[in-house]
Amino acid sequence: MTAGTGRDVSGAPGGGATGLVCPAWGGGMEGDAGPGDARRALGHLVEAVLASRGEANAVFDILAVLQSEDQEEIQEAVHACSRLFGALLARGELFVGQLPSEEMVLTGSRGATRKYKIWMRHRYQSCCNRLGELLAHPSFQVKELALSTLMKFVQLEGEHPLEKPKWEGNYLFPHQLFMLVVGGLLSPEEDRSLLLSQFREYLEHDDIRYHTMQAASNTVARTTNGRPEVPLTFWNNAFMLLSSVSLPRQESTLSSFYVKHTELSDKWKVVHLKEHRKAFQQMWLHFLKHQLPLCVCKKVLVIMHDSILPHLAQPSLMIDFLTRAYDIGGAVSLLALNGLFILIHKHNLEYPDFYRKLYGLLDPSVFHVKYRARFFHLADLFLSSSHLPAYLVAAFTKRLARLALTAPPEALLMVLPFICNLLRRHPACRVLMHRPRGPELDADPYDPTEEDPAQSRALESSLWELQALQQHYHPEVSKAASAINQALSVPEVSIAPLLEVTAFEIFERDLKKKGPGSVPLEFIPARGLLGRREDLCAQHFTLS
Amino acid sequence: MGKARSAARGKASAAPAGALGSRARPNPNPFEVKVNRQKFQVLGRKTRHDVGLPGVSRARALQKRTQTLLKEYKERDKSNVFRDKRFGEYNSSISPEEKMMKRFALEQQRQHEKKSIYNLNEDEELTHYGQSLADIEKHNDIVDSDSDTEGRGALSAELTATHFGGGSGPVPGKATQQPSGGEEPPKSRRELIEELIARSKQEKRERQAQREDALELTEKLDQDWKEIQALLACKMPKSESGGGKEKPKPDAYDMMVRELGFEMKAQPSNRMKTEEELAREEQERLRRLEAERLRRMLGRDEDAHSKRPKHLSADDLNDGFVLDTDDRRLLSYKDGKMNVEEEPSGDSSGGESGEEEEEEGEGWSEGGPEDSDSPDGHSDLESDADSKDAHSADGLVGRESDADSVEVHAQLQGDQRPSPGERLPRDDQAAARAQLPYTFAVPESCEELKSLLSGKSMEDQLLVVERIQKCNHPSLAVGNKAKLGKLFGFLLEYIGDLAVSDPPDLGVIDKLVVPLYNLCQMFPESASDAVKFVLRDAMHEMEGTVETTGRAAFPGLDVLIYLKIAGMLFPTSDFWHPVITPALLCLSQLLTKCPVRSLQDAVKGLFVCCVFLDYVALSQRFIPELINFLAGILHMATPNKQSQGYTLVHPFRALGKNSELLLVSDEEDMATWQRRSLPLQWAGGLKAQTETEANHTRLSCLAVCLALVRRCVLAYGALPSFHDIARPLRALLTEHLATRCCPPTLQELSRSVLTEMENQPRHYRPLVCEKSKPVPLKLFTPRLVKVLEFGRKQGSTREEQERRRLIHKHKREFKGAVREIRKDNQFLARMRLSEIMERDAERKRKVKQLFNSLATQEGEWKALKRKKFKK
Repeated sequence: MTAGTGRDVSGAPGGGATGLVCPAWGGGMEGDAGPGDARRALGHLVEAVLASRGEANAVFDILAVLQSEDQEEIQEAVHACSRLFGALLARGELFVGQLPSEEMVLTGSRGATRKYKIWMRHRYQSCCNRLGELLAHPSFQVKELALSTLMKFVQLEGEHPLEKPKWEGNYLFPHQLFMLVVGGLLSPEEDRSLLLSQFREYLEHDDIRYHTMQAASNTVARTTNGRPEVPLTFWNNAFMLLSSVSLPRQESTLSSFYVKHTELSDKWKVVHLKEHRKAFQQMWLHFLKHQLPLCVCKKVLVIMHDSILPHLAQPSLMIDFLTRAYDIGGAVSLLALNGLFILIHKHNLEYPDFYRKLYGLLDPSVFHVKYRARFFHLADLFLSSSHLPAYLVAAFTKRLARLALTAPPEALLMVLPFICNLLRRHPACRVLMHRPRGPELDADPYDPTEEDPAQSRALESSLWELQALQQHYHPEVSKAASAINQALSVPEVSIAPLLEVTAFEIFERDLKKKGPGSVPLEFIPARGLLGRREDLCAQHFTLS
Repeated sequence: MGKARSAARGKASAAPAGALGSRARPNPNPFEVKVNRQKFQVLGRKTRHDVGLPGVSRARALQKRTQTLLKEYKERDKSNVFRDKRFGEYNSSISPEEKMMKRFALEQQRQHEKKSIYNLNEDEELTHYGQSLADIEKHNDIVDSDSDTEGRGALSAELTATHFGGGSGPVPGKATQQPSGGEEPPKSRRELIEELIARSKQEKRERQAQREDALELTEKLDQDWKEIQALLACKMPKSESGGGKEKPKPDAYDMMVRELGFEMKAQPSNRMKTEEELAREEQERLRRLEAERLRRMLGRDEDAHSKRPKHLSADDLNDGFVLDTDDRRLLSYKDGKMNVEEEPSGDSSGGESGEEEEEEGEGWSEGGPEDSDSPDGHSDLESDADSKDAHSADGLVGRESDADSVEVHAQLQGDQRPSPGERLPRDDQAAARAQLPYTFAVPESCEELKSLLSGKSMEDQLLVVERIQKCNHPSLAVGNKAKLGKLFGFLLEYIGDLAVSDPPDLGVIDKLVVPLYNLCQMFPESASDAVKFVLRDAMHEMEGTVETTGRAAFPGLDVLIYLKIAGMLFPTSDFWHPVITPALLCLSQLLTKCPVRSLQDAVKGLFVCCVFLDYVALSQRFIPELINFLAGILHMATPNKQSQGYTLVHPFRALGKNSELLLVSDEEDMATWQRRSLPLQWAGGLKAQTETEANHTRLSCLAVCLALVRRCVLAYGALPSFHDIARPLRALLTEHLATRCCPPTLQELSRSVLTEMENQPRHYRPLVCEKSKPVPLKLFTPRLVKVLEFGRKQGSTREEQERRRLIHKHKREFKGAVREIRKDNQFLARMRLSEIMERDAERKRKVKQLFNSLATQEGEWKALKRKKFKK
């Protein structure tokens, strides 16, 4: 049976098969023409193997097709393997317990059944390995098929465990096989987001989720261990997997299991949400302790406040990550604010110099970043306390006003009411807009470069910036800035609806607005494209 | 019964006032009057129930009940119903006249139905034209002979003769007739009569035809008269009376008079204005418009002045036409004097005429035709008359004698009119434009317009557009206004196409702007809609890319040109404007969302900056984005950056592959560079340039940028926090100067900008709120409310008052209704009781009667018995 040995997958000594010769099927695969034939041939093989133990060597042929280059052949082979080993698992024809090495068993003088079982278990092992490799196949269909087959094996193996229970009611799960799956999903080379989204539906099952969390943290540890440079794709894949794990919000019996059990024992860890939380926390902590690339960091921070922090057993453990992120600066800091806020607000975190750092975050780019709405929502929360010292609020007001001088109109429409709200909350800061009998100054006493709000002398200043913005070209901005001309009304203006306003929305609103009467027209007749002689366009541009 | 009560009340209340008019009962019984005595007199209080006549009103109520309720009560067990079978009595959809007609018809029908089939004599009355035939038979001839004139008298005599047998000798007509038809066998009487009838009918027909002809002629004459009346009217006062007499032979004197008259007509109706007057008027107009503009710029009292400048009216046209109603009056007489008014266009089109004159002064390419076109704003009707005059000046006789010829002339003129621009073509132009048709329909789609314009020279394209405009002038046909309104949109689209073509045809666009402006003046609404549409399109496209990538590329040249054109068509200085405000936002988006990745982008960005600054040139409004953009451009042109004292915002990055885009790569190119304007074409597509040319372009961009910075400094110098605004610019400029990497002219420029910046005043006056009215404290003094009207609930809103009034009314009505029902019941009970009593009395009476008779019987019987006993 040289053909069989030659096609041995796992590299295990194929000579072992000599005891189970099956000459009839030896070269059964050579004459294949089309996929239909292949399917039929494979079907025959599978049936033969299942029918009699004597035909067992045909497994090699099936496994050989699994190695094929052709996509369709592989798919057929995967289907065949799935049927074959599914049936074998269900029948219990695979060896249960610690698997001895193949040579040892074959040379040993045990019963033929035991030998067969061990041999078949080895074939099963090599099949699983091959399927794990197929998760990296270029064709998505193959990947998907391999994944679903592996998951089917996981299910069957869970029902018919391949290891002996140590005691009655011991919870057994095919950890090794599952590690193989997760390891295949978290590839360092290739973006697996499609496959991961396929995998997401398995995560609805409680047991799969629990073991995924464990396997993921193992895999992350194994991949990063000893490697100086971990590729970005791995982080992306890992983030994708981790972020798709979502725990149930409230305590309920976790009973939707992927592996069917006749009865659930209360002693199993997998049925307790607490254990899930622990695993969840372990997983994220293991993930976040590494030096993450900035984009992944941002992604984590975006989902931090509503899908990570509430599920952690001990949310304060996130503090390390969050403070590190907060110190990075820029958009990452803005995002870290949200998580920090939850920790401060709900978990009694004491954060030194919080407001000073927040003050430091305010730079001109804050109006132009994507997370503007989120940032100002939080800033509004942080500054909503009426116990803040006046100098601090004044410094914030002044800084925001200064930044408003470079802001686009949509941001101005939000930040001007924001400033007015601050002044309303803190009557002590009203001197910024109303300072009767103050001396005329040569320069603004406010020092924009000072990092400490206490030293910025904002309280001695006035909001001249807003006065300048009253000359803004957009009528609504101009009106908003003119609010400081009068004493402010008592009720605050809610800025929530203004946070998400985009320039395009303002544009549409302006277009739809109808003025009274007809459209006013220019009365100076047009001469040409570049306008009159004194126009800038005519001065600096020519037509040809 | 409410009515009765109120009537009684009205009488009663009138009684004490002494107004016991004839309406009220003249002398009420003093015992019936009940007076509610008032304890105190309150001034101003209306007393309504002080005097009443309870007895009278009760009697009236009782009477009414007996008439209605009692009747109902008595008929309560009767099943017979009175049914109104009058036709259509309750059908409100038929008008009363129709109803009457129908009823009449029905009545007629009913009459015509024979009472019995055996009654043969009863026949319907026959009528003719509504008159009974029997009547007509009686005196038909009298009527006929009366109405006819003497010519027909003979016939009627003949007729009578034949009718009456003609026994009394030969009738003259018959005598003449008989000899002529001597050979014919004598006609029978029947034939004769038929002949007579036929003849009379024919005559009657002829008479009718004649009358119709006369009528027609009169009408025609009237019409003709109307047409020439206008001419005669302004000629001289007496032409009307003399017209008929002079018809045969106009002598030299008359001709002279006519000519003089026509000359007078041809003159404008008021004197020419002198140069100074024109200038003053123009100045006045501009001043008024400027004031209007300022008001809008400040955004004050948006709707206080709802009156727009008159020249903006949609009917008002730029080419000097004014709608005709006023002008017609101008041509009329008023008690023998020509009704000369102020210049017809007056205020309303003064602006246009001024503009036109300006245009002519500037040597507008169509100068010749424009001149011949009526420049002083006549209606088309008048211009028709004008041309008629011109034609009739040489051939007065022919025109006067034949009214039709005038019409022909007019038609001719009408045909020629659609090409007014061609009336006096210059010879060379005529040759060039010979192949262009004179009339164009308004294109229905942009493609049509493109096919009209494509492949033509610039002048021809302009001419085509102008002709389209003139041929489809709104005053010529009803639908033209809508069509021309659409033309603006098509023209705009066409301009966009020209701008994106390669190379952009900017020359044509430059010229097309003028007709675009004119169209916009004619149709502000459709123009603003079209501009809004293209802007929305551009923004939509940009928004799409911004959504996905977070940034967008600079749009094509067409969008930039649209924005520039929008600024020329509409007043850019308004506080809020339906087109300009969105356009400003669009410009702002271009500056904030589009990163500068190439020299072409830089040119585009600078053009956007120029447009932006032109927009706010008058209003001096502040544009933060512009400062950012200029800082970014300066940053790109600065070699070694320490990035001190400024931070760049979104589209720019301090470091990156484009952060040195505008750096000059070769020192030698600086020497050869000369300051020139940037060609706008570069924004459309920058051709591959040599390194030297690219360097020159960079330097030009830098020069423009510096000039814009300077402009900003001048414009915003007065802003209270100018130094904070200009801080990044200053830092960049100092850095730029320090590196000395640009030609001396630019260094000079930046140095001057810096000094200018420094020279701006540094005044930081603390802000003070405007004083607002203090909120009054709450006090415990009673609130005094002025009572304006007694008897009305005070101190609530109008709605609340109305509601309360309704509630009160409802309550009163409810009470009244309950009282009425109660009284009805009492009345009914009384009636029932009286009925029962009556019935009982009747029974008693009958019983008594029975007893009576029985007793009598008994008595009689006893008496009889007694008698028997006695016997």
